[in-house]
Amino acid sequence: MSDKVAKPLGVLPLGDAAAYVEFSDSLDLEVNDAVQRLAAAVHVRALPWIRDVVPALGGLALHFDIEHEALPAAPLQEAARLVDECLKQGLPDTEAVGRALEVPICYDPELALDLTELAARLKLAPEEVARRHAAVEYRVLMMGFSPGLPYLGGLDPSLAVPRRATPRATVPAGSVAIANLQAVVYPYAIPGGWTIVGRTPLTVFDARRTPPSLFAPGDRVRFRPVPRAEFERLREAERSAS
Amino acid sequence: MSLRILRPGLLTTVQDRGRHGLQHLGIVPCGAMDGTAHALANALVGNSAGEATLEITVLGPELEFERDTLIALCGAEFDARADGHALPRNRPVLVEGGTRLAVRRALRGARAYLALAGGIALDEVLGSRSTYLPARFGGLEGRALRAGDVLPLAPDAARISTERYARLARGATERDGLRTVRWSAPSLTVPDREPIVVHAMEGRHFGRFQPTSQRVLFDAVWRVSPDSNRMGYRLAGPTLTLAEPGEILSEPTCLGTVQVPADGVPIALLADHQTTGGYPKIAEIAVADVPRLAQLAPGGTLHIARCTLEDALALRREAGKRLQAALRAVAWEYGR
Repeated sequence: MSDKVAKPLGVLPLGDAAAYVEFSDSLDLEVNDAVQRLAAAVHVRALPWIRDVVPALGGLALHFDIEHEALPAAPLQEAARLVDECLKQGLPDTEAVGRALEVPICYDPELALDLTELAARLKLAPEEVARRHAAVEYRVLMMGFSPGLPYLGGLDPSLAVPRRATPRATVPAGSVAIANLQAVVYPYAIPGGWTIVGRTPLTVFDARRTPPSLFAPGDRVRFRPVPRAEFERLREAERSAS
Repeated sequence: MSLRILRPGLLTTVQDRGRHGLQHLGIVPCGAMDGTAHALANALVGNSAGEATLEITVLGPELEFERDTLIALCGAEFDARADGHALPRNRPVLVEGGTRLAVRRALRGARAYLALAGGIALDEVLGSRSTYLPARFGGLEGRALRAGDVLPLAPDAARISTERYARLARGATERDGLRTVRWSAPSLTVPDREPIVVHAMEGRHFGRFQPTSQRVLFDAVWRVSPDSNRMGYRLAGPTLTLAEPGEILSEPTCLGTVQVPADGVPIALLADHQTTGGYPKIAEIAVADVPRLAQLAPGGTLHIARCTLEDALALRREAGKRLQAALRAVAWEYGR
């Protein structure tokens, strides 16, 4: 383990009912990998007074159950001790954290709303943008913004573009979009300012399904390109399953 | 058994103690904005702490009870009438079947909680009955109540109601034709005067703000903007500016986080807050003071008083003791 992930920069108060275990204030995939593995190590201990373990891009939050009888008198210090202990005992391997997911994606320009524009900007054929987008393995670095919305790291740097100047009022559910070195998948129709390069037929989030979210932090994700007809068939199958 | 909604009010939703343990999936905690008033309301009708209540906001609903129901209205002071009789606050009231309860305007505070004996018989979604409006799940079809809705109550709610009221016989009384009790629970969160004082610790990015911004945060009188909601309160006042403009990495947020978007208007995150955010955090409001903050309606004013983590923990202990004492007093009336 390199120095930057051997121990956190600090275990800091996040209000009076949570701690933030900070490793880095910039995005670094190696750091995030350590964050995911530490989150798994803390989670597996299932301490009753820690209600949420939330891995994020450069650190993780531990939210305390402040009404729990097992809550220590000094939870922040106890959280720091716990982190220390997990790091000393060694973290689980990357492969043991999260799942390997294969997610169908359709790059049909009718669904990939910005693909043509992006390809023109990058001076590439749309097929080449799609190929590069699907060629790599992504990692769920963090979930946030909306229930079930994954931030995926690992985008091919040749596809990196900034966020759009004007966000869309509504991005269709299942849209896969990119900005800078990340990708997201929109769980349902919400506003968004990222560049839409494809769409998955899968239901990304359904509160009444177990598990509710298609993605979880630490998952390793590969996109599998599917033609429009298969997209429609898979979409229909998802609809009838819910 | 059920409760018919004749008029929905401004924003009436089903809420409980919230949906916890799922923030790693981006799932927001939700729950009652004023958890203290919500807990008292449940206790007053003899419910367990986990039952859902109706969160009533600024302008209340009109409801019709199908059968006898033991109810309690806690939190903000509303003009509330049961078949024309003023409904006493902070106490259990046994209303008869057919009674119409009209909750009008909030006179003091912003949110009241109506608890019903036996609770609200909606299915839990992801471990909670709380309504999460942005993603439309939980509560009644994931939305605010509408006119014509029929809210399911426990099948034996009428029997539970009369049995529980009978246990209160020692303190029972009739007032204006309403069956209630001679005692009441304390109001713990509704402000007597404004600006209210809310304690806050320096946030993670406090040091990145201009010295004047750091100072005015704790000096200014802040006003809750009209575009505030269950996700957060936008606080109108002086504009807060970073010493050097720059982006920060998205990080987890929590209840009470005060973040400052590029427009310089701080937002205090409340029950429906997003689990992560990419704006600098200038402050963290003490969790103990969040229920009182939630009782400010748009236009309400507050002072932010600087405190340490130790102060915030002490405030939480004191608030916890006050609530526990009130809950014990109610339990004693029920003969527990």
